[in-house]
Formats: sequence, structure tokens, C-alpha cells
Amino acid sequence: MEQAKTVVEMRNITKRFPGIVANDNVNFKLRKGEIHALLGENGAGKSTLMNVLFGLYQPEEGEIFVNGQQVVIDGPNKAIKLGIGMVHQHFKLVHPFTVTENIILGSEPRKWMGLAVDKKQAYEKVDRLSKQYGLNVDPYAKIDEISVGMQQRVEILKTLYRGADILIFDEPTAVLTPQEIGELLVIMRNLVGQGKSIVLITHKLKEIMAIADSVTIVRRGKVIDSLPVAGTNPNQLAEKMVGREVSLKLDKKDAALGEPILEVDSLVVKGRQGLNALNETSFVLKRGEILGIAGVEGNGQSELIEALTGLRPVAGGSIKMAGAEIAGEKTRKISEAGISLIPEDRHKHGLVLDFPVRDNMVLETYYQPQFNKRGFLDYEAIGKHAERLVKDFDVRTPSIMTDARALSGGNQQKAIIAREVDKNPEVLIAAQPTRGLDVGAIEFIHKRLVEQRNMGKAVLLVSYELDEIMQLSDRIAVIYEGRIVGEVKPSETNDQELGLMMTDYKQKQGGAGSEQAD
Amino acid sequence: MDAATIGHMLNTAFVFSTALILAALGGILSERSGIVNIGLEGLMTAGAFAAAVAAYKAQEAGYGGASPWIGVIAGAIFGVLFALIHAVATITFRADQVVSGIVINFIAGGSTLYLVKLLFEGAGETSLVNEVFHKVKIPLLSDIPIIGDGIFNAYPTTYLALILVGAIYYMLYKTAFGLRLRSVGEHPSAADTVGIKVLRMRYAAVLMSGVLAGIGGATIAMTTTGSFSHNTISGQGFIALAAVIFGKWNPLGAMGAALFFGFAQSINNVLQLFDFSSHVPSEFIYMLPYLLTILVLVGAVGRSRAPGALGEPYYQGKR
Amino acid sequence: MNKLIKAFTKDSAIVPLVAILLGLIVGAIIMLIGGYDPILAYRSLLDTVFGNRYDFGETLTAITPLLFTGLAVAFAFRTGLFNIGAEGQYIMGMTGATVIGVAMNLPWYIHAPLAIVVGALVGGVWGMIAGYLKAARGVNEVITTIMLNWIALHLANYIVRRFLLEPGKGRSYMVDDSASVAIGWLSRFMDDARMHWGMVVALLGVIFFYYFLWRTKQGFELRVVGSNPDAANYAGISVNKGVVKAMFISGALAGLAGVFQVLGVFHNQVISAGHTGHGFDGIAVALLGGNNPLGVLLGAILFGVLSYGAAGVSFGADVPPEIIRIVIGSVIFFVAAPGIIRWLLKRVSGKKRKEEAI
Repeated sequence: MEQAKTVVEMRNITKRFPGIVANDNVNFKLRKGEIHALLGENGAGKSTLMNVLFGLYQPEEGEIFVNGQQVVIDGPNKAIKLGIGMVHQHFKLVHPFTVTENIILGSEPRKWMGLAVDKKQAYEKVDRLSKQYGLNVDPYAKIDEISVGMQQRVEILKTLYRGADILIFDEPTAVLTPQEIGELLVIMRNLVGQGKSIVLITHKLKEIMAIADSVTIVRRGKVIDSLPVAGTNPNQLAEKMVGREVSLKLDKKDAALGEPILEVDSLVVKGRQGLNALNETSFVLKRGEILGIAGVEGNGQSELIEALTGLRPVAGGSIKMAGAEIAGEKTRKISEAGISLIPEDRHKHGLVLDFPVRDNMVLETYYQPQFNKRGFLDYEAIGKHAERLVKDFDVRTPSIMTDARALSGGNQQKAIIAREVDKNPEVLIAAQPTRGLDVGAIEFIHKRLVEQRNMGKAVLLVSYELDEIMQLSDRIAVIYEGRIVGEVKPSETNDQELGLMMTDYKQKQGGAGSEQAD
Repeated sequence: MDAATIGHMLNTAFVFSTALILAALGGILSERSGIVNIGLEGLMTAGAFAAAVAAYKAQEAGYGGASPWIGVIAGAIFGVLFALIHAVATITFRADQVVSGIVINFIAGGSTLYLVKLLFEGAGETSLVNEVFHKVKIPLLSDIPIIGDGIFNAYPTTYLALILVGAIYYMLYKTAFGLRLRSVGEHPSAADTVGIKVLRMRYAAVLMSGVLAGIGGATIAMTTTGSFSHNTISGQGFIALAAVIFGKWNPLGAMGAALFFGFAQSINNVLQLFDFSSHVPSEFIYMLPYLLTILVLVGAVGRSRAPGALGEPYYQGKR
Repeated sequence: MNKLIKAFTKDSAIVPLVAILLGLIVGAIIMLIGGYDPILAYRSLLDTVFGNRYDFGETLTAITPLLFTGLAVAFAFRTGLFNIGAEGQYIMGMTGATVIGVAMNLPWYIHAPLAIVVGALVGGVWGMIAGYLKAARGVNEVITTIMLNWIALHLANYIVRRFLLEPGKGRSYMVDDSASVAIGWLSRFMDDARMHWGMVVALLGVIFFYYFLWRTKQGFELRVVGSNPDAANYAGISVNKGVVKAMFISGALAGLAGVFQVLGVFHNQVISAGHTGHGFDGIAVALLGGNNPLGVLLGAILFGVLSYGAAGVSFGADVPPEIIRIVIGSVIFFVAAPGIIRWLLKRVSGKKRKEEAI
């Protein structure tokens, strides 16, 4: 069989950033009509490579060929002209604008000799494209009003509107439900069927097995291998991605359940728009278990964490910690009552990046008598404390006086875990504890969480990664629109079932077009 | 109070408001592109200075009635020059936009007075220009009672300001340029990825704000004072900034706010004639724009939403 | 002690130094264009300041309010707040002191301290308004403090005109002698320069600034709030309280600048058409000083010398004194846009390297 023609070829691409070689002599080939996965860990350089292709970065060395012609892509404009489009991981959408305005931005249809934007023509064209590729987007809706899945389709439409034949998807499934992922895969197949070629940037093996035709694996800026998906398997891919054998299973003995420690009953919490973000949420957390809260981002997880830690007012219901009511208490009081939090966003919530590691280690305890002498801080004691934590938790830092900003993501997270675990909490809440980390750090953190559980502590794991939930939890509670819609054991369920629960199949039976705006 | 008095008050309101409208339009363009502009005061100062000097020189050279227009053009040019400093500092070198604005006010105030003393042999004020703008009656319309007197008998710069409100409104909301300008202020990296030159758009917006605020300053020199001294511009730039916020970053809203502030001023002036000032101290009238702005921001007078990326520098090529 | 110095000089001093140099060069170029002699001008400036006891004393007096407002702006900045309102807080502090100074008649050991405390409180409360609006309503303090500056100006004018006016004069009655903080013997020693206790209090302010922020529990909290308010919330530190507290302290410091101008220098308050600029100068001082207490002290000295010496530039070299505003403006500009300085330094050192290579 004759091979399809190559639409993109990147030869010997090298891209450096201060202190790091993001792409080291990388070669990459995309054939017409294929879905080509670009697999690698966080920070392996896969996004950098595609940003080079999209003209956002200029490589120091290397050549790029598009449809056989050597090209210099000096900006997104050039990439767009060459028929390359990118669906960014963090959507590039102007929120107060409508769907159509976002799509036409930068190449607006004109009227009156180019003076005014021809909005009518724009709406029609967007509508036509949306129908042609089965995207089902309302061209008049404002971005603020539509779901995340829809927003992603707007991103896809942006590239199609510009006549893209080569589409780059950057971690497109990170924000989607299993069902939305299913729909996205259909859309991608549809696009390929109509002659488009797709690069899929991902670190998820399952997706690659499900949809990709071929896969290129990147590790530490270098291409490790490029091969057809048909001849490989997840274990082989994982090994190539990480560079050593990895067990996809975590060693974990059975849970030794103790008495209930945290009891949440009919909790009601208002969200950002004043609507109920939590709707009579109830669950019980016992000593010695890891309870996973599974759900699509934005279904009340953040509000739940904030309510549990006193960061957000409670509008109704109760939170009992070891039998004592803590709903509505101040953050510090709750912290002292034995709840620790590893926050979702470590830069924003977990650390003061411009403070030395030393000060970050006492962020929640500086006022206690061992560090605070009549209003003045005892920096000697604080320093000793920090030295000990850095050693115990293997935080790699030049010194405790190094600013937290200078640490790698994994070491920042270790510092936070050190601080939180050292408070010796009864309940440890871990929100997305491994987001953006490499496999080594993920393993370390998972082990620490299991260790806490084995010591008889209770761990509440909130994660949008189903794999993480399935792997760590002793019990899974699924949250949907601020309600716990079901509880299952990981051994007795699967992704599909969880996915259905996460989108609350009971309400959805019959009507599939729930994403329709308005 | 009779119709003539109301007409007169309206008329004065428009005189006061003209410069505010122009400068506020400048502020809107700059802030809509994401660049905070608290340097409006300085830009107006530069404009007023340049207009007073240029018109004076033009008058000396025998340009007659064209002199104030030459002054306006000079005001625009000087406004752009100072806006350029702001643009280079904040867009290219990503300096703090608030600090840069303060510096603009600082330098504009110092350098214009320095130049006045240099050009007018040590005097603290430019020589008076005789060839200033005069009010122009619009035929027919000016015969309408109250409004005719109030609105259709105004300085040419007032008509210019009103036309510019419409033009800039159209530009912002109907043209591709406006769509791009707003996108740059809301979400610059979104604009960047569809090939819009973010920094270039921001330069354009800030420089336009220099033109408008410069003309705004010029109108004061060319209508009200006829000269330039250290207190020709004293706070109008900040009132214009208040109008931007009070008007919710919308040209029509800002015009409304500027007219309102101008009207308050004119009431104050008229009331003083009637010895009302013993009831409402004039100081409280002066405070009004600033108080109202705070109330708007507090949300007491409707919600307002600043451009999403206001105040944030943009690193091209580093998303 | 070593640690203390290290904390003061942690941030690089190169940028401010180059900025000062560039600012002076800009001023020189402008003077050259105007046909003046910049060397003579700068020499006249120094002669004025250090020429005799009177002028030196007056320079110290000019430095004092700058030190207070500089500390005020820097303190707020350390808590993540941009206090553009030092000007308004200065005016309100002044007004508070004037009211007590004029309207009351008390023994000196009560009167002066009371006037000082009231002035500081009024300034603090004025700052606190912006802090409260930020905490309770999320309103950006930059805009509110700008607006509050103007409100303060007109409010102070109203108070002076309505309640304190000495008939026939555009100012308040003179402050009672018992509220004066002038240091008589020092003034006599300095040939009648207006010396007062404000300088000493301002220096204590420098020490307070350091100890409070870097040594105390409350200072730690404020710095966390300033550096990362979200993390502060998560750590159980109240951001809102911190913001209000910081704006109060900042406002009180700025208020003290006004207090000592009334009680130590002018002994009355005038009805003013515009701002004095001390508050805005405070922003410049804080920026130049890198928001460090010692840096602020040095910045205040520099700007005090420049401002007071401006008159000398005018007398000695016939240059309009506004040239000094341009110099100060340029210095802040270069400090605020360190990118420009780095770019210049790179070009200079880059060239050198090329020459060496040849």
C-alpha cells in the first residue's frame, strides 16, 4: 500500500530556553489524513515543538517543511496561512465576546469597503461550518454562557474558519468528561475523514490507543521513538515515555477502616454567581481510608474544599469533625482542629513564591508559641523547623533561604506536603495533588498519601483525573452539580460507569444534546 | 430660574465638558487596549501648553483665525509625544502602568513650565492669545429654545468632541480594528494566537489617547484661558479618568459622565451668581466627580467591568 | 547587625544608581538644549544645600515629609497595595493637626502630642477608607486613592474656609504655640531654619518600618498578604484585615508628614488650589528606595536635596527650577522601567565585549 503524503515535516528542531533545552534535535513527520499522537510527560517538550510549528516560538536550529515546501514560520499568522491551526489547552477565547466574534477575530469579513465588520455574513459562515463538522455551536452565544466542551468546539471552529488542514490539539481531553471525550473523538475522526490531519498532544495512553494512528514519544526534549499505534501497547509506551519500567499499579494493602472522622451532611454552599454550588452534599470520611471525589471540574469540588477549610461561607447543613461542628468556622480554627489541605493550585494558594522556603514552612503555624515570642518571630526556631522538614521530605533546595519560586514543581509540592503532613492532621485533603508533575514526583506523592491512610488518618482526594481516583481511592464518591450522585468501590466499577455518573445519566436519559447553549 | 438661565447653564456645561469628553475618549482607547492611563492629566497639560504656544506664534506670524486650529494640531502632536513615552515604558519595557502614568504627569508639568520660562523670558505664563475659538451658532437648530442656546451655540471644538464620540463608538463596536483593540485589552494572548499584533495595537491605542487628550488640553487653552500657566490644567485629567470609569469604558457613557461633571461645574458657577453657594459649598461640587466615581466602583451606581487584561503587560512570544 | 544591613540592601542597588545618573544626564541635556550650563546648575544646587547652616537646615526640613510619605507608600506596597493616596492622607493629617492646634488651648505636653496623634489618626482613617473599599468591595485602591486625594483637597479647603479661616487671609489661624513642635535652640543654631521634631520621628519611622514588617508576627502576616493574598487566605491569615490595617498604618505615616508641616514648619494651613506634591514625591521616594526602609531614607534625602536645591539652580544658574521636576521624573521613570536600564547596560557592556574581542 502506498503511504499517504507527508504534510508536515520538522527536521532537527532545537529550541532552547534559559537554562533548558526544550527541544533537542527533534524530528517529526505528520502524514495526510492521520491522527498523530505526540506523547510525553509534563515538560518533555511536546507543547514547545507544536508551538514552534504554530509560529509562537522560533527554533534556534532546524527546518520545517509544509506540503513539501521548506517554510519559515515566524508567527501564528504565517502558520494560519500555511493551513495550520491550534486548539490550545488553555482556551484562547475572549469571554465578553460572542462565539462568532471570537471565531472571526483577526480575519473578519468586511463590508462598506472594509470599514465595518459584516456580522451577518460572519454568523452565517460560522453556522455553516458548525453544521458541516457536526459541532452544534450557537454562533450568537457569549463565551461566558457556554460549557467548557462547547468552548473547545469554538476553538476548533476558529481553526476551521481559517481554512486549517493541519490541526494541533494540545491536551484536549484534560477538561472533558468521559462522554465529552467520546464526542470529541468522533469529531476528530470526522475531521480526518474530511481530509484534515491532526496532531494530538497528550500524556494519556488510553486516548492514544483509542484514536491515534501513529505516535511519537518525546522525553526530556528528545524524540525517543515514532511508531504506528497498531503495533504497540500501553506498557511499552509508558516505558518509552518515562525511560524506565513503570508499574501502572500502586502497591496498596487493604484499608483498615476506623470510625468516622469527618461527617458532611446536607451541605449547601453558594458559588461565585450566587447559585448553589453545593446542593445538600453529604458524605462520611472514615479514619484509615482514602475517599476519592470524582467529577468534572466545576461541579462544586472547589467550593466543597473551600467550605471544608473555612474559606467559603456555609449556607446550610453541617460539617462535623470528630463529632464537633466546624461549619462556618475560620480557616485557622479548622486547621487547628486537624484538617490539612494540599491545595489545587500550589503557586496561587499553596506557597508565597517570593518568600524563602523557611517562611513557607510556617505559613500556617508562625503564630504558635514555638515560633512566636510575644509578637516577635523567633527565626532561629523557624529555621530549625524548616531544615528538618526539608530533610524529612527530600525537598531539593539549595538552602532553606532559597525563594520557593526557584524550586521545581515537584519540590514545591513536596514542600507543601511536608508542611501539611507535619501538622499531623486527622484529615488530609489533597486537591489535584499531582497536577503537572512528572512520574517520579507523582509516585512520591501517591506513596505519601497512602502512608497517611495506613497510619490511620483520613484522606480526601479530589481529582479530575479518573485514573488517579481509581488508583488511589478505597471508595469513590461522584460529585455532579454540587451533589454526591453515587458511591462506588474502585474494584467494582469502570471508567464508563463513572463517566456516566459524572454527567448524571439519570437526568440525561433520552436527551443527548445537553450541550446545546440556551 | 428661567429658560435663558437653563440654556446658559447647559452652554457652560458643554464648555466645561468638551475637554473632559476628549480626554476621556483617549482614556477609553488606552484602557480598552489594556493600558492604564492615569497620565491623562499630563497629556492634557502637554496639549494645552503646545496649543497656547503654537497659537501664539501662529498669531504673531499672521495666521489669524487659523491660529487656534494650529494650536489644536500642536496640542495633538505634544500629546502624542508624551503618550509615546508612556507607550515605550509600559508596552515595550513593561514598566508599571500606574507609575509610568504618574511620571507622565510629573514630567509634563515640569517640562512645560520649564519651556514656558524658556520661551517667554522667565514668565510663568504664556502670552495671551487673542485669536482663540469663538462660539459658532448652527443655523435653525440654535433657534430651538433652551437646547438651541445650550447646545447649538458652542465652540467648534465641542462639535468636534461630539463627532468624535460617535466616530470612536463606531470604531470600537463596528469595525474590525475596534474588535481587535478590545480583544487585546481583554485577552491579549487570544489575540496573539490569531495573528493580531498585540503590542502594535496597544501602541496605536496609547498614541491615539495622546492625540485625544492633547486636543482636550488644547481646547481649554483655546477656549477658556487663552494662555497656559501652571494651573491651566488642574485636575481635569483626573476628572476625565473618573468619566472613563463612571462611563464604564464606553464612549457614550463617558460622554454622559463628562457632561454630568460639566453640568455640576456649571451649576456651581451659576449658583454662585445667585448666592446659592452658602447652601451648597462649592467645595462639595468640586468633590462630586470623585465621589461618584468611588460610588460607581463600589457598585452603588450600577455594575462596571474593567477590560479583562487592564494593567497587565504582555510578553510577545511567551504565552 | 550584619543581618540587618543585609535585609536593607537585599535588592540590587545598581538600577537606582544608574537611574539617578541617567536622570541627571537627561536634565543636563535639556539644560544644554535650552542654552544653560548644566555644570553650573548642578554646582549651584549643591552650593545651595550645603552652602550655609540655614539652607542645610531647611533641606533637612524638606526631607522630612518626603521620608514620611516615602515610608507610607513603601509600607503599603509591602502589603501589595499601591497607595497613590499619600497626598490625600497628608492633607488630612495636616487638617487634623491644624484643627487641634488652632481650636484648642492646652498645656504643651498634651497639646502637641494630641495634635500629632489626631493628625496621624485622621490620615490613617483616610487611608483606611481605600483599604476598606478594597477589602469589602474589591475596589482597586489605585483609583480610589486618586479620587480620595481630590476629595481630601476640597474637604480640607472647606474645613479651613468654613471653620478655621483667619479673616482677610487665605489660610487658617496660626496654630497655638503650645502645639508647636519646633526645636528652638536648633533653629537658632541653624540660623533660623525651621527645625522641628518631625525629622526625629521620621527616623524612628524607618526603624519601626523594618522591625514591624520583618520581625513581628503582624508584619509577617502583612507581607504574606502583600506577596500572595490567596495563599494568605489559605493559611488562615485574613487578607481583608491586613489590607485595612496596612492602609491605616500607611495613611498614618503620610498623615504625620502633614502634621509636622503644620506644627513644625508653617504653623497654619492654607486654602490650596492644587496638591503640594509631597504625596506623589513619596511614590518616587518609595520606588527609588526599592520599598526598603534604608532605601527610602536615601531616596528621601536625594529628592529633598534636589527639591530644595532647585531654588539655587534658579538663582545661581538662571535655569527655571522646573528642571528639577524633570530630573526627578526621569529618575522615577528609569527606576520604574528597569528594562530600559538593563537594555542600556547590555548595549554598553556588549560593545565593550566586542571591542575586547577586536
